[in-house]
This record gives sequence, structure tokens and C-alpha cells, in this order.
Amino acid sequence: MNEPILSISNLTTEFRVGGEWRDVIRNVDLDIHPRETVAVVGESGSGKSVTALSIMRLLGRNARLSGRILFEGQDLLALPEEDMQRIRGNRIGMIFQEPMTSLNPVLKIGEQITEVLIEHRGLDHAAAMAEAARLLEKVRIPSARQRLNEYPLSFSGGMRQRVVIAIALACEPKLLIADEPTTALDVTIQAQILELIKELQKEEEMAVLFITHDMGVVAEISDRTAVMYRGDVVETGTTEQIFKSPVHPYTRALLSAVPQLGSMNGQNLPLRFPIVDMATGSVEPVKPTVDTVRLDVPPALRVANLVTRFPVKKGILRRTVGNIHAVENVSFELREGETLSLVGESGCGKSTTGRSILRLTELTSGTVAIRDHDVARAGKRELAEIRRLAQMIFQDPFESLNPRIRIGDAIAEPIIAHGLMPRAEVGTRVPQLLEQVGLSPSMADRFPHEFSGGQRQRVCIARALALNPKVIVADESVSALDVSIKAQVINLMLDLQEQLGLGYLFISHDMAVVERISHRVAVMYMGEIVEIGPRQAVFENPQHDYTRKLMSAVPIADPTRRRVRHLSNDEIRTPYREAGFTPPPQKYREVDEGHFVLTQHLEPAA
Amino acid sequence: MSSYLLSRLFQTIVTLFVMSVLVFVGLYMVGNPVDVLLSSSATPEERLHVIQSFGLDRPVWEQYLVFLSKALQGDLGNSFVFNQPALDLIFQRMPATLELAFVALLMALVIGIPLGVRAGLKPNSFVSRTIMTFSILGFSLPTFWIGLIMIMVFSVYLGWLPASGRGDTVEVLGVPVSFLTLDGLSHLVLPAFNLALFKISLVIRLTRAGVMEVMQLDYVRFARAKGINERRILRVHVLKNTLIPLITVIGLELGSLIAFAVVTETIFAWPGMGKLIIDAIGVLDRPVILAYLLITVVMFSVINLLVDILYSIVDPRVRLEGGSR
Amino acid sequence: MSSSGKQPSTSVHAGNGDASPERISPFRRTLHALIRDPGALTGIIIVGVLAILALVAPLISPQDPYDLAQLDIMDGRLAPGATSMNGMVYLLGTDDQGRDLFSGILYGLRTSILVGIISAAVAIVIGTCVGLLSAYAGGRVDALLMRIVDIQLSFPAILVALIFLAILGQGVDKIIIALVVTQWAYYARTVRGSALVESRRAYTDAARSMALSDKRIIFRHILPNCVPPLIVVATMRIAYAIMLEATLSFLGIGLPITEPSLGLLISNGFEYLLSGDYWISVFPGITLLLLIVGINLIGDALRDILNPRQEG
Repeated sequence: MNEPILSISNLTTEFRVGGEWRDVIRNVDLDIHPRETVAVVGESGSGKSVTALSIMRLLGRNARLSGRILFEGQDLLALPEEDMQRIRGNRIGMIFQEPMTSLNPVLKIGEQITEVLIEHRGLDHAAAMAEAARLLEKVRIPSARQRLNEYPLSFSGGMRQRVVIAIALACEPKLLIADEPTTALDVTIQAQILELIKELQKEEEMAVLFITHDMGVVAEISDRTAVMYRGDVVETGTTEQIFKSPVHPYTRALLSAVPQLGSMNGQNLPLRFPIVDMATGSVEPVKPTVDTVRLDVPPALRVANLVTRFPVKKGILRRTVGNIHAVENVSFELREGETLSLVGESGCGKSTTGRSILRLTELTSGTVAIRDHDVARAGKRELAEIRRLAQMIFQDPFESLNPRIRIGDAIAEPIIAHGLMPRAEVGTRVPQLLEQVGLSPSMADRFPHEFSGGQRQRVCIARALALNPKVIVADESVSALDVSIKAQVINLMLDLQEQLGLGYLFISHDMAVVERISHRVAVMYMGEIVEIGPRQAVFENPQHDYTRKLMSAVPIADPTRRRVRHLSNDEIRTPYREAGFTPPPQKYREVDEGHFVLTQHLEPAA
Repeated sequence: MSSYLLSRLFQTIVTLFVMSVLVFVGLYMVGNPVDVLLSSSATPEERLHVIQSFGLDRPVWEQYLVFLSKALQGDLGNSFVFNQPALDLIFQRMPATLELAFVALLMALVIGIPLGVRAGLKPNSFVSRTIMTFSILGFSLPTFWIGLIMIMVFSVYLGWLPASGRGDTVEVLGVPVSFLTLDGLSHLVLPAFNLALFKISLVIRLTRAGVMEVMQLDYVRFARAKGINERRILRVHVLKNTLIPLITVIGLELGSLIAFAVVTETIFAWPGMGKLIIDAIGVLDRPVILAYLLITVVMFSVINLLVDILYSIVDPRVRLEGGSR
Repeated sequence: MSSSGKQPSTSVHAGNGDASPERISPFRRTLHALIRDPGALTGIIIVGVLAILALVAPLISPQDPYDLAQLDIMDGRLAPGATSMNGMVYLLGTDDQGRDLFSGILYGLRTSILVGIISAAVAIVIGTCVGLLSAYAGGRVDALLMRIVDIQLSFPAILVALIFLAILGQGVDKIIIALVVTQWAYYARTVRGSALVESRRAYTDAARSMALSDKRIIFRHILPNCVPPLIVVATMRIAYAIMLEATLSFLGIGLPITEPSLGLLISNGFEYLLSGDYWISVFPGITLLLLIVGINLIGDALRDILNPRQEG
């Protein structure tokens, strides 16, 4: 192979914490060749982003770098600051995770692009504007010239990330560093952006350093991969090698925890994740799953024609001018011991459905029945009983525990409030619950800030179990967790389902996780269920266009299954309708037993 | 936009009405202006005559209605003390107060913003810590007391600057101002600085907090990754986003400066409307108190309106809309 | 390729073992941080000493400065360190009425602290109730209450106080009422703001989904999390209230001359300042300044520690 364009050797980065220097990455070695894509993958705290920022020397005053970073023959660490500034954005472009905050909200898009062209390429304003328009076209933004005069406010997340890419590529850099560029995006938008980066890389003949936590994205995009773990590069190799025959125990553990879309073909029950000992790499055999679905008793949860709309008010009189049709005519049932997953992208109404079921959000019409209780018409007392039978687990484990309440008290609180047992016995119930979710009873007197994300999510599960619920609504409950922790929590949820016969309404955007744990799946789009059925049927024989689109957008953690995709540049639409709009009646077609698909009406949404 | 203006106008009128009722009734219940209007040697006949001529014998709501109908014609009554229209009295003294407040505001911004930016950029440096220590001091100095100390030092001991009055004024568009004559300027410096001191600290702290917050935001990091030079990052990306929220504060603080001029005007014998209101309160000169209050309400409403409009111009995220914000 | 020495264990009890060993409550953490901050410590010492002095003023002051029988006009405007005819040493000199300044300052300090704390306490109670009600009720009630708060806050405190004192007249109780009126809105806005933030956080949803009562959610979950910003605003506001009381008394519309007050002492000294008798105004002023600086130092450190994002 030819000379590397970027060659990192022995890079160590330290941060000053309370007067002490602490290393965050140690002796990192990494080469990137021209036109090559190298992925750096790792979980939170692995130092992957710090590596990227170290190359750009963007870490600020309380960081200290040592080692060598050779770029086009120059050692970046030895350059004076002005020379480094001339390389940033010019020879090396960089894009970040959050498209919503990467652009300055009070500057027009045009100015944010032209400032790079003026700074590095010395163009005058008119020439820079013309070039900026060309760049926006290059990243496939329609009517580019007009959009230069708009503020970031009027761009969607995916569009903003395109603008960010246009800026990063403005000076035709030889290296693009992409730090989790698609993590904040929905899966169909992620697929578009990944395709765009791939195409542009070919056109511009540049090298790409791709930082990510997502093994699926790695498998989709990179030629070579470096795996980082707690500040060290533990393994480097071609992407095929890493996936086929990982050497380091950590890599093996990581890969075994990654769900792969399609790996469940032929399976009809949920499946636990194999847990690998990170130190030795030995794999614990996966416990077989028992069929837990109780078809012999009536469903625990019945939702019929659920509608939840949010009025949009305007003007001095606060008149309702329209509605967000968050949930539109949704019906399904959930049995005890069953996991029904609601999947879809942001704004599709899946979370609102979950919240409406517990009446955390008021429903507009329709019925929700938990056992014999009518949720919509329940009074205070009945609602309390409903909120005992059904519990909710939220996405962010750092937000869903009150920071001022010890976790033992947090778990005991609902038991006492519902008067489920005499106060004296609560003291024995709390340790039991902690044990049940795999925590030590001695942790009861700790505050939430003393726990890691995975532990907190376990506490939340223990708190939900305290009320002996029949149904648990899990709203993106594992989305914020690292892969290995995610696998553990999902295994725990499956254990609890077997022990307690819980019904899960599992709300998630992550198709691969959903495939692993569901009995049935409902796909939501613009507030409606477009397809619902047994998991195997929906995943192996998707019928609705949107389901297919969603499936084909999911990156697959297997580099041998790379697909060539032709994607439209559609954006995700919001189900906003003018006041007085009556949605057309829905018709479902039964494809197979229990597998229903919404007949597609052609009329497009607003 | 027009619905926004309408709702603001409506709000101002409601505020004016509520204020005038509260204060009118409040003032009606305390003291008797007749004692102020007449010498103690006045005969009962004279008293009765005065009471009747001012309508003080009628019930409070009737007095208020009379006041209201006159007020709607631009007559807020005559001062009991000066026997001149209260509005005239206030308008005569308003330029002095406004000049003082504007100069103080200018001082606060010109001194406060650079220091605040400096303290925000390198929050842990010695200079920044010193700036912050002084800003706590500035925050804590009672305006009236530091005014006395300034007079003692600069006027009495050093004899550099005059301690009272406005000095020579020139008329600009028929309004007398001090800052265009050397003598006037020398009279203006001490009171304006005295009034500004508290606000300087405030501006320093707000600017510092804003700079520190903006510096950590993604778009500043992205601007660095774009290779934009530090001067432009500071001038365009950091300052613009820091100073926009400051506009709201400046609006509120201008109002506060006009009100606080009461203290500074008392100490430096500055002939503004603050001095007038203090004296009016002392003798319960009802028409002057009411007129001052209503004028300030109008003034603050105008300032707030201008601030909102200015804000919506410079920040694309803000749109003016009627109803609640 | 190196492998790190720290390998995670897959013990029975899950998690990656990064929990900190300390088991102290958020409240005690704040307290520790406060004492470790040099500025805050200075503030605590200053305020502590002044508060103790104020508390024991009747025991340690050489005379009761507001008992006219103890004052001798012959002792008027004596310089610091002078001795009276009956042998008493005037440590900080006397004012124009022969009042021992040291004693006057101690008694004035009592009034300042008392007025500051009582007005803040009442304003906090009112403001918290309004703020919680506003955040909880939402909709029109919220819009109306917050409009009132906005309008109130658009009027500078001193103006509102002036008007109220013009109507109410002079007196300790009157000035406390005026200060409450000028302050409650700050607390209402702070509490409403943080209550809204807290009620949108997932732990409130979690509490609701467990069917805890509204009362319990508001007072056990939301309110305690609103306390940190409230404390920061309160420290800054108490300092401001003390300053405002002194200012109003100085202007002659706050406390009557029969009440001990730092503002009045400074005002008394004003006319003698030009003739060189600096001490009558300077010493009470320095005391006032120390008290306010002390409180602000504590507040400033608290702001950094508790980090609420509003500027008091």
C-alpha cells in the first residue's frame, strides 16, 4: 500500500483533573491511507472522540498531548497554532455528532459556508457565495441558492448535517474526520448521510476517519477498523477480519452483544444475548427461551382506535389553527408474557402511544383497557390501580431517578403510596427487588449519582416491579446504554418476563434490538400503525413500503452483507394537519394469520 | 406583528389603568393634602374653600373619575406645591434624568462588556479573578454611600470635580444637555459613574456567564474545526450570541437606571425628575406622584417594546406574536 | 496492541463498578464545597461575625444609642477615639447628636439583618406558592400570574418601594411590606421556572406513572429540586433588600429617625462630610458594605456550586 496520509504513533492524551494529569488515551497507533475509510469504534469512555479531537488539536487548555501525528509529512503536534489553524477545515475537515447545534443559530447558512472559503481559499464574497451554492448542491440540498439566505432554524436535522458536511468539504480536504456523524439521526436519514459520505469520498478522493459506537455502521462503511477500549486501541485490522475472527476478548464481547438484523431468521421466540467475559473472552452459553405468551387468559392491555392529537395555537386569541396528529386510530392487544414492540422513527407517535396508555398524556379519543379498567374514563382511584398494573420505564436513566432520593427509598415509595404492604415489611421487600434486578441490597442507601447508567436502569426496573405490574411500557429503555450493558439489561428483562409473566410494550427505534426480543411488532409511521404482526412475519416478509424502507436503512453488523442502496432524499414528515381535517378511514389487509398491513392511500401528507 | 403591537398596547393601557387606580386610592387613604396646601394659620373658611376647589370633599371614586376624564385630555392636575401642571414639571426635569441614565448605561456597557468578555474567555486567570472580585464589590457597594465617598474624595479632598448641579448646558433640538460643554461634562462624570457602578458589575457578570456558556457550545467548536481564526470566532460566533440576550437586560436596566437616578440625583443635587418625586413623596404632592408614575409606565412600556422589536430583528429564532410569550 | 490492566468483572452484581464510594447527600456536598471555597469562607466569616455582633449588641455596646436619656448633645461629632465627659471612649466617634457610633452601628446592623431576613422569608413563602401554583395549574392561570410577575419585574425595585412607602408611611413593618412587594416576583419566577423544568424531567413522569399523589409529587419530588436555585436567588436578594432598606432610609422615606438604621446614620453624616467629619458616614457605610459583600460572596460561590442558570 502507498504512504499513509495520516500516521499516528504513540499518541497519549492527558487531561488535568483537580491538579493531576490523568491519561484518557494511551499510546495510540493508527495509520490512514489515501482514499481509505478507517473506523474507530468503542463504547462511551473508550477515548475514540478524544483521539479525533487530538488530531485536530481541539481539546483546549487542560489537555496535554504527546507522541506524533504525521499528516502529509508534517508532525501536527509540533506545528505552531497558526499553521494548525490553516490545516483545520482546509486540509482536514471535521464533522460532529449534533447537527442541531453544530451550526450557529444567528448566522445565515451562506455566511457559515463562505467564512471557510474566505479564510482558507481567499475568495471574495461573491465568488464565495457562488461556490457555497455549488457545495450545497453537491450535498444534494435542493434549491441551494435560495437556502443560502436562510438560518439553520429552517433546516431539519438531516439537512443540517448535509450543510455541515458541505462546510467540512469546502476546501477539498484530503482527510475527513467524522465524529459520530449519524448518531443523532433517524435510521433512514442515517442511511442517506452514510451513502452521501461514501459517494463524496469517491468523488473527492479523500480519506475518512469515522468515529462511531455502532458496529453496524462500521460494517457498512469502513475498510479497516480500530477497536478502542478505555483509552487503548485493543485491536486493529481490516473490517472483515475484525468481524470474522476477532482476537481481543473485548472485541469478541462487543461483537457478541451486537444484534444483527436478520440473524433471527427462522427463530420464532425472543433470544437472549450471549454474555462474554471481557477479560477471558469466554462465552456463556445462551439460556434457551421459554414460550411465555399467555393465550389462555384475556389480554392484559387492549388499545382500540386510540387517537392523541396536540393542538397548535396561534395569534392573540390562541386559536387552534391545526393539530399534530401524534397518534391516529391505533389498535392492538398485548398479552401477559408477551413483548409487543412499537417501532418507528422520531415523531411517528410511538412514545405518545406509550404515554397515552398510562394517561401521562391525555388521549383525544378511543379506548385503552388494562385488565377491566377503562383508562380514558378512570377516576382518580381507578387511575391509581391502572398505574399499579401498568408501569413505565423511561429512556434516560440519568433523568428518571430523583437525584435527591436514596434508591432504597425510591423503590419503597410506590409500595408505601399504594399501601401494598405494611411499612415494616417494606424493609425486606426492597433488598429482594434489588437482588432480583442483579444489584446488591447494600446499595439501597446510595444516591442515584453513585450509579452507572446500566445500574440506574436496573434500579428503574426494580422500582417498576415493586408494584407487581402486569404490563411494562418500556419507552426506549435501553437506547441510551452502551451495547454490552444493553445486552445485559435486555437479558434481565427476558428473565423477568419468564419469572413474572410480564407483558412488555417495547417502544424502540432500534430494529435490531426489536428483532431480538419481540414476539410481535407494530411499525408506526406518521401516527399510524402501518404494519403489525408476529415478529418473524414482519421481519422476514415485510409488506408495507415504509417497513421495507426502514429495514433496508438499518446498518447490518456484518461487512460481508454490505448492500448497495438507492435512497430517496425524503425527509421525515410531521403529521401536522389543518384544524378540521378528518383522516381518511383506515383499511388493513390480513397478509397472513395475525399479520396486518395498512392499505396505502396515495394522498400525501401536509 | 400588528397583532403583537396591539396586544402590547392593550397591556400598557391595562397597566396604566390598574396602576392609577391603586395609587390614586392608596394616596387618597393617607394624609390630607390640605395640610400641605395651607399654612397652619389658615382659617376654617379658607380650608373649606380649598377643599371644595380641589374637589377633595367628594367620594374617592368620583374624584378618580374626574381625574381620569382630565387625564384622558392630557391634564394630570396641578402640583399642590408648585401650582403648575404636574406634567410640565416632569417634562422640564426629564431631560436631565434621561441624560444621566443614558450616560450611565453607556458607561456600564463600555466598561462592563470588555471586562466581562475578558473574564469569560480565561475564567481561571489572575486578571479574570480580579475582575470578578471587583464585580462582587461593585455589586455590593450601596450607591448612595459610594456617592458620598466619591464627593468626599474627588470634590472635597482632591477638588477635581464639582459635587453638585448640572453645570453649563446647551440646547440640542430644544432640549438642554450637559455633555456637550466641558463644564457640563465635568458635572456629569461623577453622578453618571456613581449610577453606573452597580450596572457595570451586572454587565460584567452577565457577559462573562454568556461568553463562558457560548464558548462551550458545539458551533464554536465546529468553527474552530473549520479553521476560522480566533478573532473572527470571538467577534462573530461568540460575541453575537452573547450580546443578543444582553439586549433584554439592557432594556430592563435602562428603566432601573431611570428609577435609581432618584438616589444619585439626591446626592449630587442633579436637577432631574428623581429629585422631584422624592420631594413630592415627602409632602404627598399627589398629582406629581401620579404623573411621575404614569409617565414611567409609558416610558418603560416603550423601552420594552423597542427591546422586543430589536431582539426579533437580530435573532432569527424570535418571532413577535400576540398573546403570551 | 496493548490491553488495559483494568478489566471489568462480570460479577453477579451487574454494572461497571464506577460508582463513587462516597455516600453523602447532595446537601452536605454543597456545604463541603462552600467551606472549601476561599471566597465563600470569607463571606461566611464576615456574615457570621456581623450576625453575632448584631445579636449580642445590647450586651456589648457601650450605650443604648436610641435611648435619648443616654445621649449628650455636648458629645456631638467627636472624632474616633475621643473620650466623653463621663469617661466613656467613643471608639468610632459620635454623630451630631452625641450618639456613640459603634453602638449605633451595632443597633443599625440588627435592623438591617432583621429587615433583610424577614422580608426575604415572607417573599420566599409567597413567591414559592405562586410559582408552584403557576407551574402546576398551567394554562390561563399560569399566563396571568406570569404576566403579573413580568409587569412587576419590569418596574425597578426602588420605584415600587418608593410608591408603597409613599402610601404606607414610615416604619419597620412598612418597609418590610415594601421589600416583600418588590421581591416576591423574583422568587415566583425562579420557582416556577425550576418547577417547570423539574416537572418535565422523566423522574416526575415516573412518579406520576406510579400514581403518587399530586401533593407528594409537588412537595417531595419537585420542590426539593427547586431549592438550590431558590437559595442562590435568595442570598443575592437578601443582600439587595438590605441595600435597598439602607437606601430608602437614607432618602428619608424608609425608617423613622427613632429607629436604629445604618442608612439614617450615613444620611446624618452627609452634611458634615464636606466639613471633614468623615467618620459619621464612613463607618456605618463600611459596615453595610461588609455585610452585603459577605452575603454576596456566599451567594456567588453557591451559584457556581449549585449552578442554576439564571442571573439573580
